[in-house]
Amino acid sequence: MNKIWLVIQREYLTRVKKKSFLITTILVPLIIIGFYAAILAVQISDSSETAKIAVIDDANLFGGKLESTDKNIQYDFVTGDTEQGYKTKYKKAGYNYFLYIPKIDINDPKGINIHSEASLGITTKSKVERAVNNALEAKRMEAANIKADQFKSINSDITITNPLDSGKESSTTAATIVATVCGVLIYMILMIYGTMVMRGVMEEKISRIAEVIISSVKPFQLMLGKIIGIGLVGITQFAIWFVLIFLLMTVLPTIFPSLMEQAQTAASSQAATPGMLANITNSLSSLPIGLILFCFVFYFIGGYLMYASLFAAIGSVISEDQQEAQQLVFPIMMPIILGFVIMTKAITDPNSGLAIFGSMFPLTSPIVMMARICFDVPAWQLVTSMILLILGFLFFTWLTAKIYRTGILLYGKKITWKEMIKWMLRRS
Amino acid sequence: MALLELHNLKKYYATQKAVDDISFSLEKGNIFGLLGPNGAGKTTLLRMITGIFFPDEGKIMFDGKEFDPLNDIVHIGYMPEERGLYKKMKIGEQALYLARLKGLSKADAMASIKEWFVKFEMQSWWNKKVEDLSKGMSQKLQFVTTVLHEPKLIILDEPFSGLDPVNSNLIKEEIYKLAKKGSTIIFSTHRMEQVEEICDHIILVNKGQKILDGTVPQVKQDFKENLFRIRFNNPILPEHLAIHLFEVKDKKEKELVIRRDKDFSNNDVLQYFINKGLAIESFNEILPSLNDIFIKLVEGTPAARQFQPVTA
Repeated sequence: MNKIWLVIQREYLTRVKKKSFLITTILVPLIIIGFYAAILAVQISDSSETAKIAVIDDANLFGGKLESTDKNIQYDFVTGDTEQGYKTKYKKAGYNYFLYIPKIDINDPKGINIHSEASLGITTKSKVERAVNNALEAKRMEAANIKADQFKSINSDITITNPLDSGKESSTTAATIVATVCGVLIYMILMIYGTMVMRGVMEEKISRIAEVIISSVKPFQLMLGKIIGIGLVGITQFAIWFVLIFLLMTVLPTIFPSLMEQAQTAASSQAATPGMLANITNSLSSLPIGLILFCFVFYFIGGYLMYASLFAAIGSVISEDQQEAQQLVFPIMMPIILGFVIMTKAITDPNSGLAIFGSMFPLTSPIVMMARICFDVPAWQLVTSMILLILGFLFFTWLTAKIYRTGILLYGKKITWKEMIKWMLRRS
Repeated sequence: MALLELHNLKKYYATQKAVDDISFSLEKGNIFGLLGPNGAGKTTLLRMITGIFFPDEGKIMFDGKEFDPLNDIVHIGYMPEERGLYKKMKIGEQALYLARLKGLSKADAMASIKEWFVKFEMQSWWNKKVEDLSKGMSQKLQFVTTVLHEPKLIILDEPFSGLDPVNSNLIKEEIYKLAKKGSTIIFSTHRMEQVEEICDHIILVNKGQKILDGTVPQVKQDFKENLFRIRFNNPILPEHLAIHLFEVKDKKEKELVIRRDKDFSNNDVLQYFINKGLAIESFNEILPSLNDIFIKLVEGTPAARQFQPVTA
């Protein structure tokens, strides 16, 4: 026991003390937040050059007045010229674009052109189109004898709520987001820390220290110590990320309150329905946060331990060749990727047979169950999945320890799957 | 008293008998040479003694009790042929880690490391990494980490490979000192001149079996061919040699190498030359070198043994 502890300490400390650990741990959240800040900044300061648009309105669609909804677009009406005639002049008059509206049938508008030197930006184009459409709609309503107020009272825009039989309120949007985030996180954890374990084992084998260590500790102790040590590195990394992100989220608004306000308005004006963001924030609180956190920790640890032992076994049979590593690691990547695919299905249809199977099968359950958990999973399924994961972990560790024990001491020889299976079946 | 006794040890792989019924016993404080051609089963044998492998059959007695790998490995220091250290780890930390894995407390480990680092002039290495060391330097470090915990049994597989003569001597001296202090040393190598120089006792294995076991002088006696070198003060004439007492193997102006017929004694030979009026300057027996014995015993073993698939 004491020896496992020493191994854990070494595995943990050598990794945490590395410069690269510090850099990735601190830089990753900064980069993520910086990235979002950059997106927000772009949205807020949409101060690309002002588009000055000359308008010839032969149809009198706008009735001579067109209020720009955007400070970056400025409309000016030009009279007494034709489309062909003014086409050559608008540049000289100081305009970027020239919008021409011919005499049109309001029910079949044709021939509306906007002239420009270079092609028109998509944002500007859609804004101009919206302005023209609004004007057309107003004209049509007028023709159909509908008042604008009337139209507003007819127009419908509802959201459907989904109360569950258990009395709780489901919140599909928030659930989808949280489910995706959780699933992707577990997927990344398995991949990143799993490969880290594999590389650690390979390092020991290739540098030939394995035999020295094995003459002091049992192979199983070494393997377990490594897996736990690296797992703790992962937990440390995640803890630092959570703290950093939390700090930045709380600190930033207090330092730059105006910035955040602007960002929020920008974000909400950008969203399809202005209330969506608020909706999500509200419904987040309706999710079982405690349960999700508990499950996240459970599936993080359970899934990691199970896959880490598989990765360790693969690391132990690789002799120098990197290419060999890729071939051998593929069968282990498969179920992780499969889990990811089932997860994407499970999010859209959380109670399908495939999703239920995926959330039970130990090799995929950490990813799939994490996604399903946001959609109210029956307790028996959750418990079964957890028990199966623990059993899976014990089974795979028992199996892989046998491969590891033999593989780590075999040098310069390519090991086939057949041999590995033979080692697995051998009694210890 | 025997520190280590092996009784009918066997370890069979699917296609070969790596260790096939080997027994021997090692006295405390002695230096043993474990010899054998490549693929003779030395590494498998050593791995069983270090508790890495379990024997299929047979018994190992360690220090008077049945070998219990879990508790006894802290009394063993093993330097495998395939050297290995963590390349990215600092040297001081590495030595400390390996010592603590052998059950030393942190304080004891530090004290022992300091002592050895001073002895080998390695104090300035503490914060360096193994990847910065030359091959010889890491070899020294490897040796130090093997003996840090004052093991009762020290197993060294080719300890001098890659070392210059100065460092070789340094380590040789330490091996003698350790043996004097009571450690038993198993020394596995192909370098016969080193075995002759260092070892008290040798064991030769081939094809998984022990084919020779004894002290170095004893083995040499067993394999001697009654060869003698005689130097004279006056030139040898052809008529001196027409005799049934010996067979001439080599002849120079004033020197002869002869094989004495086993029915006669040294005195008979000397008497003969004295009677012939030759002045004898020296008379020495030529004992076979371990190298000769090794080659004689092992010659003809198919080298292909080492290429057979080892499916464990």
